[in-house]
Amino acid sequence: MSKVIIQTDLCKGCGLCIEACPKKIIGIAKHAINAKGHHPAVVLDEELCISCAFCATMCPDCVISVQK
Amino acid sequence: MKTVFEKPKSLSNVPLHYCPGCTHGIVHRLVAEAVDELGIEGKTIGVAPVGCAVLIYEYYNFDMAQAAHGRAPAVATGIKRADPNNIVFTYQGDGDLASIGMAETVHAAARGENITIIFINNTIYGMTGGQMAPTSLPGQVTQTSPYGRNPSLCGYPIKVCEMLATLDGPEYLERVSVHNVKFVRSAKKAIKKAFENQVNNKGFSLIEVLSTCTTNWGLAPTAALKWLEEKMLPYYPVGVYKDRSKVQ
Amino acid sequence: MSDKVLMKGNEAIAEAAIAAGCRHYFGYPITPQNEIGAYMSKRMPKVGGVFLQAESEVAAINMVYGVAGAGKRVMTSSSSPGISLKAEGISYAAGADLPAVIVNIQRGGPGLGGIQPSQADYFQAVKGGGHGDYKLIVLAPASVQEMASLTVKAFELADRYLTPVMILSDGTLGQMMEPVSLDFPQQQVFEKPWALTGTKCARPKNVVNSLHLVAEKLEQKILARYERYKAAEQNEVMCEEYLMDDAEICVVGFGISSRVARSAVNAARAKGIKVGLIRPVTLWPFPDAALKAAAKKVKAFICVECSMGQMIEDVKLATEFSKPIHLVCRSGGVIPSPEEVVGKIEELMINDK
Repeated sequence: MSKVIIQTDLCKGCGLCIEACPKKIIGIAKHAINAKGHHPAVVLDEELCISCAFCATMCPDCVISVQK
Repeated sequence: MKTVFEKPKSLSNVPLHYCPGCTHGIVHRLVAEAVDELGIEGKTIGVAPVGCAVLIYEYYNFDMAQAAHGRAPAVATGIKRADPNNIVFTYQGDGDLASIGMAETVHAAARGENITIIFINNTIYGMTGGQMAPTSLPGQVTQTSPYGRNPSLCGYPIKVCEMLATLDGPEYLERVSVHNVKFVRSAKKAIKKAFENQVNNKGFSLIEVLSTCTTNWGLAPTAALKWLEEKMLPYYPVGVYKDRSKVQ
Repeated sequence: MSDKVLMKGNEAIAEAAIAAGCRHYFGYPITPQNEIGAYMSKRMPKVGGVFLQAESEVAAINMVYGVAGAGKRVMTSSSSPGISLKAEGISYAAGADLPAVIVNIQRGGPGLGGIQPSQADYFQAVKGGGHGDYKLIVLAPASVQEMASLTVKAFELADRYLTPVMILSDGTLGQMMEPVSLDFPQQQVFEKPWALTGTKCARPKNVVNSLHLVAEKLEQKILARYERYKAAEQNEVMCEEYLMDDAEICVVGFGISSRVARSAVNAARAKGIKVGLIRPVTLWPFPDAALKAAAKKVKAFICVECSMGQMIEDVKLATEFSKPIHLVCRSGGVIPSPEEVVGKIEELMINDK
């Protein structure tokens, strides 16, 4: 099970989670477009995730949940 | 696996209408977290402002009122006085709270009204398209200060926490920011304390939250966070401006 | 029958509000209605209620919005310039379907005007005042007793029709003393499941709101509101008819003007002139039917007003311009005398011959 779950259909692709991630493992899915017309955020390398929840803390749309 | 972060229960499932990267959403969530942690969802009543956050009544699962522009503290006063057992808060922007609603703000503070105010300062009128706000910085370019805010023509920004701190009424005044994780965490602490004060009948608490407006600042979301840090923080220092519980 | 007490009109309003179960009052000082706030500041603490002197008229009406939203009976009072300031909040309360009672002890206007009694806020009260498609139920007392009984009625109407209700009175009635009975019928209790009471985590949230961004949704809200207005028009019209049975001239006046008109009618009757009085008690809904019926039998109408003539427009509409309508009026805080009205009555009788 993933540590970071992003509700990509509600993500606006603002990138605040990318900036906040200390492991730099979140990126924008440049080739995906969600129903809102945004390129959503995706976790690129979950193996490196430390479940710090910095991404979720900065997410303005509350679309990220984090597990450990 | 254990959940370390999820959407607070008090937040509804309605998707937020804000622009990408707008920090309103972070503050909405912090309020919901505070309400959940204090176990007061069933007796919390929020008051929505006029401005970008006007639809905030869609975003919480507790009772909400929508107030006329600037009048949220008066409406909150009525709701609180109708049943002092309820926990009543307003959520207002800088135009709403510090311009058209300044009288209601100051007098609710002076009365020590037992309510909580969450004040979003992003130095601009967002909803109406980026006009100069009472908190716009000197030199700041807005739709109605196209050559930069000139204090000799339109005066200086209003520092709400500093001003209210001169009153005897308020219990707790703190300015916080949400431009990075560290600041979001202290903002959370402050917001929770502001609600806790009300639960403990201590009186008026106001938390000023330095926030962004990516669209009307004309900046990308991350650049907006940087602008907040570099331009707003020096003019609006974060910190506790009044806390009666700390005064001996 | 309980004993009567001698009270000022303004005090009668305050005491009646408390009798009606109002435990929240918010106001701002303005002449000539200050007795209401003063009375409330003394009485409310003794009945476990809230008196709060607000920082402004604007704040006061928004505090009213808050209490009404929370489902409790609430009142504010002011005089003309202060009612203009409250107009925004009244519109919001109407838009959010909130019951509340607003008292206007009118003084002369426009602007700061004067402090003498007036009826020049008729249009403001009856035709809107604030922005948008809405109406207020407007009650016009003509005695200290009615200042009291119509205040109690106002709370009931506000709860029944989910609307702000205005008591439209004036400085004379506010300041005058008359014996008044404070024995009111038992109050009906209205359930308010829409009120902001906290969900107790046991029901879906309530929202008190006048914002509807989808035009069709806003229209639906307005249509529903106008259905209630229609019911009020059918059920709540109040007016008094005096000596109208054989009247050839009908004098029309509300509030303080109706007292002048009544004296004039009595004086003219003493001279053998067949004249009667119609006194609208509800200014909205207006007693259209009574006036229309009168138009079928009288030769002319005389409207008596403490304004340049505002109610007269509703009389014209109600009677469909079917008979001549004359105006005896004074403005700026001056009250027309019975002699002026009798003069007009006699003039009409002479012209008729």
